[in-house]
Amino acid sequence: MEILYASCVGLLVACGVFLILRSRTFPVVLGLTMLSYAVNLFLFASGRLTLNKAAVLGYSSDYADPLPQALVLTAIVIGFAMTAFVVILAIRGRADLGNDHVNGQVPTNNNKGKA
Amino acid sequence: MTLLWIPLLSFFGSIISSLTGKLTRNQTTALTLVMPAIALILVINSAADVFAGEVLRESVNWVPALGLELSFRLDGLSLLFVLMILGIGMLVIFYARYYLSEKDSMPKLFAYLMLFMTAMLGIVTANNVLQLWLFWELTSISSFLLISYWWSKSEARKGARMALTITGAGGLALLAGLLMLGHIVGSYDIDVILASRELIQAHNLYEVTLVLVLLGAFTKSAQFPFHFWLPHAMAAPTPVSAYLHSATMVKAGIFLLARFYPALAGTELWFILVGLTGLATLIFAAYVALFKHDLKGLLAYSTISHLGLITLLFGLDTELATVAAIFHIINHATFKASLFMAAGIIDHETGTRDMRKLNGMWRFMPYTATLAMVAAASMAGVPLLNGFLSKEMFFAETLHQQLLGSMSWLVPVLATIAAAFSVAYSARFIHDVFFNGDPIDLEKTPHEPPRYMRIPIEILVALCLIVGMFPNFVVHDIIYTAADAVLAGQVPEYKISLWHGFNLPLLMSAIAVAGGVLIYTQRKYLFQFQASLPPMTGKKMFDGSVSRLVRWSQNKISAIENGSLQRYLMLMFVIVLLAAGWPLFEMAQLAGNNPLTPVDVHNGIGAGLLMIAAIATVIWHRQRMISLLMLSVVGLMVSIAFTRFSAPDLALTQLTVEVVTIILLMLALFFLPQKSPKASSSVRVLRDLGIASAIGIVVGSICYALITRPFSSISDFFIANAKTGGGGTNVVNVILVDFRGFDTLGEITVLGIAALGIYKLLVNLPLFMPGSDSEGRPWAKERYPLLLASISQSLLPLALLVSFYIFLRGHNLPGGGFIAGLVTAIAFILQYIAHGSNWIAERLTINYRKIIASGIAIALATGVGSWFFGRPFLKTWFDYFDLPVIGQIELASALVFDLGVYITVVGATLMILASLGKLTANAPKEEVNI
Repeated sequence: MEILYASCVGLLVACGVFLILRSRTFPVVLGLTMLSYAVNLFLFASGRLTLNKAAVLGYSSDYADPLPQALVLTAIVIGFAMTAFVVILAIRGRADLGNDHVNGQVPTNNNKGKA
Repeated sequence: MTLLWIPLLSFFGSIISSLTGKLTRNQTTALTLVMPAIALILVINSAADVFAGEVLRESVNWVPALGLELSFRLDGLSLLFVLMILGIGMLVIFYARYYLSEKDSMPKLFAYLMLFMTAMLGIVTANNVLQLWLFWELTSISSFLLISYWWSKSEARKGARMALTITGAGGLALLAGLLMLGHIVGSYDIDVILASRELIQAHNLYEVTLVLVLLGAFTKSAQFPFHFWLPHAMAAPTPVSAYLHSATMVKAGIFLLARFYPALAGTELWFILVGLTGLATLIFAAYVALFKHDLKGLLAYSTISHLGLITLLFGLDTELATVAAIFHIINHATFKASLFMAAGIIDHETGTRDMRKLNGMWRFMPYTATLAMVAAASMAGVPLLNGFLSKEMFFAETLHQQLLGSMSWLVPVLATIAAAFSVAYSARFIHDVFFNGDPIDLEKTPHEPPRYMRIPIEILVALCLIVGMFPNFVVHDIIYTAADAVLAGQVPEYKISLWHGFNLPLLMSAIAVAGGVLIYTQRKYLFQFQASLPPMTGKKMFDGSVSRLVRWSQNKISAIENGSLQRYLMLMFVIVLLAAGWPLFEMAQLAGNNPLTPVDVHNGIGAGLLMIAAIATVIWHRQRMISLLMLSVVGLMVSIAFTRFSAPDLALTQLTVEVVTIILLMLALFFLPQKSPKASSSVRVLRDLGIASAIGIVVGSICYALITRPFSSISDFFIANAKTGGGGTNVVNVILVDFRGFDTLGEITVLGIAALGIYKLLVNLPLFMPGSDSEGRPWAKERYPLLLASISQSLLPLALLVSFYIFLRGHNLPGGGFIAGLVTAIAFILQYIAHGSNWIAERLTINYRKIIASGIAIALATGVGSWFFGRPFLKTWFDYFDLPVIGQIELASALVFDLGVYITVVGATLMILASLGKLTANAPKEEVNI
C-alpha cells in the first residue's frame, strides 16, 4: 500500500508541475491545486499510514499521529485561500492585459518566450 | 567606565549637534565642542596610567549567549590616536564655524563630523576585531556623508561614491582577514591575537590573512594603486579634508598596520608588501603632487606621499623605523591639518584654489602666509621644525635595511629623490601662492580671515615649532608608550635630537633641499614633459571598470531575467529537482525497515481513480471545463484517502474545501476563456513532461522512503494531555485550538488577508465578460432554476443546523470551527447560486469584512483573556457544569476561540465567492465579443 500511496503522490506532483509549466493562467491554477493535494498528502503521510485509528480518544487503543493532521487541516484551508487569490489575480490579469498568458502577453512566433 | 564613554560621548555629541538647528552658529559650535572636551579630559585623566606602562581595559556584556561583548582597550598607541582625533577634531570644528557660509547647514556638518569622530575613536579603542571592523565600516559611511556634504555638486557625489567603493571594498577584505585571524587564533580578542604571533605566522593561512588585512589598510590609507579616491575626496568642505586626511580617516589604515604589527609583522612577506607599497606610494605621489594646480590637490598627493613614507617605515626591519613611523604620524597630522586649514582660508578669501591664479598673497594676508609657510617648511623637512626630525630619522633608517637584498642601496636613493620632490612641491605651495607676481582674475580682493579662524592653525603651527625644537621635552613620553605598544615592549634606546653631527642623513637632507629647489626652479621643463604624457588617471580606470561591471551585470541579469514567468518556473523546478534529487543517489537503500501493508481492493480502486483523474486533468487541460471536473474527482479521492487513513477531520475539511474550490473555479471560468489555444511546441511539451516526471519520481521516492521508516513523534504528549489539559477528546481539534492555537490564529489571519486582497483586486475590475459560451450559444434566459431555488431555501436551516452540530462536537469528535465554517459558507453559497446575489442583497445586508475582523478579534480576545487569569496566551480553560434537564455539559474557552475561527472562515469564504459572483449579476444580457 505504501508503494501505491507514494506513486499517487508522485503522479500528482508530476501532473501538477506539468500544468504549472503551461502558458495560460487557468491550467496553472489547476496545477497549483493539484500540487497542493500532493503536498498535503505528502505531509499527512509523514505521520505514516494507519487504518482505523482516528485520533479521537476512547475509540481505539492506539492512535494515528494527530500532529501532521492538524497541520494539514490548516494547510488545506489556507491552500484554498491562496488558490482563490491566484485565480482572482488571473481574472484581474486578463481584464487588465486583455489576455490570459502567464507572461502578460502572447508571444509572437519569432520572439518566443520574451515579454 | 571611562573607555566606553570615549566613543559614547562623541556619539552623543553627534546627536546633540544634529538637534541644534534653531541655535546661533556660536551656540551650535560651543555645544558641539562640549562632548569631545569632556572626552578629552577623561582621556587625559587616564593618560598617566598608560604612560606608566599600563594597558587599560574595559568590557560590557552585549550578547553573553554568543560570547559577544563590547570591549575596549587603551594602550600607548590608542592613546596617541585618541588624543589626535579629539584634539584635531575640536580644532577642525572650531575652524569650520568660520569656514561654513550662512547657507550651509552647520548642524548637519557637525553631526557628521562627530559621527566620524565616534567611528575613529571606536577603531582605536576597540579590543575586539569584529568591533574594530564595525567602527571601520562606520568611518567609510560617515566619510561618504562628509565628502558628499555639498551633495548638489556632481564631483562631491562622485568623489564620495568612489571613496566609499574603494574603502568599502577594502573593508570587506579586512573583514575576511580579521575573521581568518580569529579563526587561526580561536578568539576575536585583540589582546589574545597580539599575543599569538608564533601561532599566526606558522599557520598556513597566514599569507592570505596578511594580504587581506593589508588590503583593508592600504585602501583606507590611499596607498598605491588604491590612492586615486583621495584626491577626488577633496570635493569635501576643507575642514573635512583637514580632519579626514591629516589625522583620522587615512591614518586609520596606518593605525591598523601599527595595531597588528606585533602579530603580523616580522616576516619576509610583510616587509616586501608593506615596504614596497610604501616606497612606491612615497615616490609616485611626491612626483604627482608637484603638477597639481589645485591647492588641495597638491596637499592630497602630498598626503598620499607621506602616508607612503609612514607605511615604508613600518615595512623596514628595524625597531627604530617603527619609532620614526609613530613620530611622523604626529608630525604629519600637525603640519598637514594646518596646511589644509590655510588652504581653506585662501579658498575662502579669494574664491579659488587654482595656483595658476593665486599669486602674491603675501601682500594681502601676511599673517596667514607666515603660518602656512612654517607648516609647509615642516612638510618639506626644514630644520627647527618637527617634519625635519622625523625625516632625518627616516633617512637614517633607510640606510639600515635589506628590503631589496643587494639592491637595498636603492631605497635611500629613492627616499632622497622623493624628499627632493617633497621640497619642490612645498616650495611651490609657498612661492607660487604667496609670491610670484600678482593674482590673476580673482573674483574678490583677498584679505585676512576673521581673527578666530586662524586660532586652530596657530595652535598647530606652534606645535610644529615646539616639537621641532624641544622634541624630547614634548613628545618623548607619548612616542615611547605608543612604540612600546607596537613593538610589544622591545623599544630600543633612542634619542630624538636636532643635531646628530655631520652624517649621511644630514647629507641626504641637504641634497633633498638643494634638489627640491632645483626641481622647483626648473619646473617648467618638467611641466612640459608631464603634459606630453598620455593622460591616464586612476579615476578613468575606476570609472571604466565600474561601467564595464554594470554592463556585464546587466547582460547577465537580462539573460536570466527575461520577463518570462514560464522560464523562471522552469529554472526553479530544475533547481528543486537537483537539490532534492541529488541526496537520493547518495542513499544506499530507498525502502525503510517498516513492513509494507498489503493493498486492499478499496484502496486499489481509489488510487486507480485518482491516477486516472489526474492524468485526465492533464490530457484535457485545454478543455478547461472537463479538466476542472477531472480535478474535482482527484480532490474527492484525496478526501476519501484521508477518511481511509484515520483522518476524519481532514476528510471533512478536504471535502468542503473541494466544494468551494470547484465553485470558485467554475465562476472563474466565466471570466476566462473556456479553452486554451495550443501554444506549446511539441519540444516544449516533451521538455516539460521530462521535468515534471522527474520531479514526480523524486517526490514519490522521498515519500516512499519516508513512510517506510520508523519514526518517533512528539504527538504522544498531545494524545496524553488532550483530555486532561485541553478538555477535548478530538486530539486534532485540541491541537488546533489549544496546543498550537497561536498557529491557528496566524492562519485565520492569513485567510482574512487573502480575502481582503481578493476584495481589493475585484474593486473597479474592468468587466470582460462574454455574452455567450465559447461555441456562441447565448446564456439561458432562465438564470435561476426553479427547482434549485425552492429546495435550497428549505435546505438552509438544515445545513445551518448541521454546521452548528459539527461546530459544537468538534472538540470531542471530528468537526470544529474550520469545517463548520465551510459548511455554513456552502449553505449560503447555495442560496447565491439559486437566487443570485441581488436577491440575497435584498434580504441579507452583511458586510463580510466586518465579519472577518470580528472573527479574528474574538480569537485574539480569547487568547488575551487567558492573561487575566494569570495563564499563558491562548491557554484553554474548561470546566463541567450540571444543568437541570440537559445534564452535564462542558464549557471551554477553546470553544470561543473556535467560534472566532468559524466566523473568520465563513466571512472569508463568502467574501471571496460573493465578490466574484456579484460581478456576474451585472453581466450583459446581449452579445459581447471576447
